[in-house]
Amino acid sequence: MLTFLYELKEGLIIALNSIRANKIRTFLTTLGIVIGVTSVVLMSTAIKGIDGAFQRGISSMGSDVLYVDRWAWFSNVEWWKMRKRSNITMAEYEKFKNAVKLPAAIAPTIWSNETIKVGEKSVENVFISGSTSDFQYTTNFNYSQGRFYNDIESRSSRYVAVLGFEVANNLFPRGDGLGKYIKVSGIEYKVIGILAEQGSFMLGNFNPDKRVYVPIGTVFKHFVNTNFRSITIEVKAHNTGMVQDTKIEAIGAMRKVRGLSYSDEDDFSINQQEGLTQSYDSTVGVIQIAGLFITGLSLFVGAIGIMNIMFVSVKERTKEIGIRKAIGAKRRTILMQFLLESSIICLIGGLLGLLIAVLMSMLINQWLPTSVQYDAFIIAVTISLLTGIIAGFAPAFQAAKLDPVEALRYE
Amino acid sequence: MNIITIENIKKVYKIGTQEIFALRDVSLNIDENEYVAIMGPSGSGKSTLMNMLGCLDTPSYGRYEFKGVNVSKMTDNELARIRNKEIGFVFQTFNLLSRSDSLHNVELPLIYAGLSSGERKERARKALESVGLGDRIHHKPNELSGGQRQRVAIARALVTKPAIILADEPTGNLDSKTGEEIMALFNEIHSQGNTVIVVTHEEYIAKHAKRVIRIKDGLIESDAINEERIIPLAESKLNSI
Ligand SMILES: Nc1ncnc2c1ncn2[C@@H]1O[C@H](COP(=O)(O)OP(=O)(O)OP(=O)(O)O)[C@@H](O)[C@H]1O
Ligand SMILES: [Mg+2]
Repeated sequence: MLTFLYELKEGLIIALNSIRANKIRTFLTTLGIVIGVTSVVLMSTAIKGIDGAFQRGISSMGSDVLYVDRWAWFSNVEWWKMRKRSNITMAEYEKFKNAVKLPAAIAPTIWSNETIKVGEKSVENVFISGSTSDFQYTTNFNYSQGRFYNDIESRSSRYVAVLGFEVANNLFPRGDGLGKYIKVSGIEYKVIGILAEQGSFMLGNFNPDKRVYVPIGTVFKHFVNTNFRSITIEVKAHNTGMVQDTKIEAIGAMRKVRGLSYSDEDDFSINQQEGLTQSYDSTVGVIQIAGLFITGLSLFVGAIGIMNIMFVSVKERTKEIGIRKAIGAKRRTILMQFLLESSIICLIGGLLGLLIAVLMSMLINQWLPTSVQYDAFIIAVTISLLTGIIAGFAPAFQAAKLDPVEALRYE
Repeated sequence: MNIITIENIKKVYKIGTQEIFALRDVSLNIDENEYVAIMGPSGSGKSTLMNMLGCLDTPSYGRYEFKGVNVSKMTDNELARIRNKEIGFVFQTFNLLSRSDSLHNVELPLIYAGLSSGERKERARKALESVGLGDRIHHKPNELSGGQRQRVAIARALVTKPAIILADEPTGNLDSKTGEEIMALFNEIHSQGNTVIVVTHEEYIAKHAKRVIRIKDGLIESDAINEERIIPLAESKLNSI
């Protein structure tokens, strides 16, 4: 046992000396491992970051909300079939609302992409979202200031607005927006509420931080022709357990509103956050597979490089191996010596890759909150050591079974 | 006591379909504290025999007993253990590790023997002192003269206190004066009770040994006591001072 430790120490010294004697060669050989480890660490941290952001985002949408829409968000309904569907109108919304009993809240929504001005300042491409006061009950928003518009303001289409966090920050950087006025296509709206940050940037246009909420009547009046664009009816179930029942009831009610006969297909869709989750999962799956592929490929190339250089190293040191064997080194001693060398080379590559990954994740952090966790260190070390041992085995074995006389004769 | 017994040893090298007999039929006994010179022309099989005696190689046919144990059928690891513990090998080309200093070179067999670092250093230092290199401990081989390198190699052979010292043309790469110094060292090693076998093809080197074995074409031609042995111990001590 002690012998093993002394041999291990000797092996380490030999390996380090040999690496020191061939710095450039060692560095070049490690490149494959460096790239492999960098990509695996970056991939795992990036996915973790995206995951966290997505979960935070999706929670603001609520898993208990149904979206009755002309369009299916994620489905295999053919595009031409959906094109033939008619728009969902406010009148249909009213009928639908009276036909269902299960929902906790129902709100019609419509949006329009507008430019907002405050004095000289203007922000383009803001999603103006129109709804009724019931909208506040279909969402889980937190307010940093003020409130949502009430039933009276909604019915009489008052010019009042609730600003998303980011919009408010852009228009009123000093946080003094409440009670001020914003101008949208020449009409002034009074700011009556500002949302707290929802952190749902993964959702793109769904992101409440980038939206402005106004009574639906003002949207129809100034931005959108009722006959031209369909509304979406947001239906909130009492709890997640009731989502399915609420959905079945909604389908039935909507069919009745539309006057569909028994044999007709639905000419509307009921969308759910779930669809978003599914499409997200499949996207991440693709990223993961691509990442694994890149990692696997570069590790494979790296391993071949290491194997190659170890064969060269064994060849160069044939005489040394002969000397060591002549004075009593066993096969396993020589085997270990070369395995140690290849493992250390790979370990250097792995740590280098980890360092690069950490630096790159700091860069990525600018737009996606990621951080390399300590488990990435374990991944990097394990992967590189494994690669080193696998790649080094054939050369080390060749060295170990060299015939001492032949090896000593080698020049 | 008998250290080495070989009976009807043969060594065949196959090159393609051709068989080359490096050793045809060699039988030999070597006792404790003998001092043997093996002589013969080039290609006669001296090195082949030495490698076999040193357990670096195994015979194709025949029996080899080392201290009463049959080594002809031993595994690689068992042979490695014997080489490490029982045999001190000195080569014509020194065969030192060029990147290591004298101390580490001499220490090396003790690493494989599993000695602790402190004990290794202590013994390696003593061995180097005994060959007159106490002041060259941290020199690397390329910082030493040929004679000094061979002394390091001899120290490495002695450091494990082996049962037998084998030297294959230890003076072959040295000038005659340095060669004499090295032979004086072997005389001294022998006089301390060690068993020494030296391969050489120079008569003046062989004169140091007590017994001379002559080989030709893989066969022992003669095996006799050296009547005219010279013992230059006293002079060599004087010379080296
Ligand atoms: N690995 C080998 N393959 C084939 N033939 C070999 C091999 N090793 C030795 N021989 C042959 O065996 C014979 C004896 O070789 P050996 O090295 O023992 O001679 P030697 O007496 O030591 O000669 P020298 O004085 O030149 O060192 C030679 O004919 C040589 O060609
Ligand atoms: Mg020879």
